[in-house]
Amino acid sequence: MARSLKKGPYVSYKLQKKIDALNESGKKKLIKTWSRASVISPDFVGHTVAVHNGNKFIPVYVTENMVGHKFGEFSPTRNFKGHSSKKLK
Amino acid sequence: MARIAGIDLPKFKKIKIALTYIYGIGNTTALQILEAADIDPEKKARDLTDEEITNIRTEIGDIKVEGELRSEVQLNIKRLMDIGCYRGIRHRKGLPLRGQRTRTNARQRKGKRKTVAGKKKAVK
Repeated sequence: MARSLKKGPYVSYKLQKKIDALNESGKKKLIKTWSRASVISPDFVGHTVAVHNGNKFIPVYVTENMVGHKFGEFSPTRNFKGHSSKKLK
Repeated sequence: MARIAGIDLPKFKKIKIALTYIYGIGNTTALQILEAADIDPEKKARDLTDEEITNIRTEIGDIKVEGELRSEVQLNIKRLMDIGCYRGIRHRKGLPLRGQRTRTNARQRKGKRKTVAGKKKAVK
């Protein structure tokens, strides 16, 4: 079920605070975040955000096309390298 | 015969069904079009007058169908792949996007089964 429009998109308030500070000072800095559920708002465009995937931080460079998606979508939690070619005896 | 949006309509079907042969028009849209064009949906496609066909054409003019719709869908998929999000990656790999299981089934996305040679049954 979709989120109520009344509330607006969810952005973790800590992340919002950090991005506001960066936008005000005009600096570009890597922001680490665990908040994979946060929606990418237009404020983030042009910044790089390191999104935790449970193991490490994946740097995500935010472009305009990504607005409206969530950070977790860009930081895969599973890493499938393929099946082993031959069973070892 | 009646040619609408680059598609030949089947002659012997009712017009409400015949319209669904156009990509982007299903049962609901077909009925809406016919109501707006003031045509009996139960009429066979070959019994339509030229005037009625023109009416249908003008009604369909406002809807995205066929090539235009296909390219829009392709663009949406391409956008997902370009931004590298989870759904885009699943599109690239040809796997289901919405969290379905892939251990079995998922044949619609994965295509025909590719048997892996040398996979033996577990010995007890």
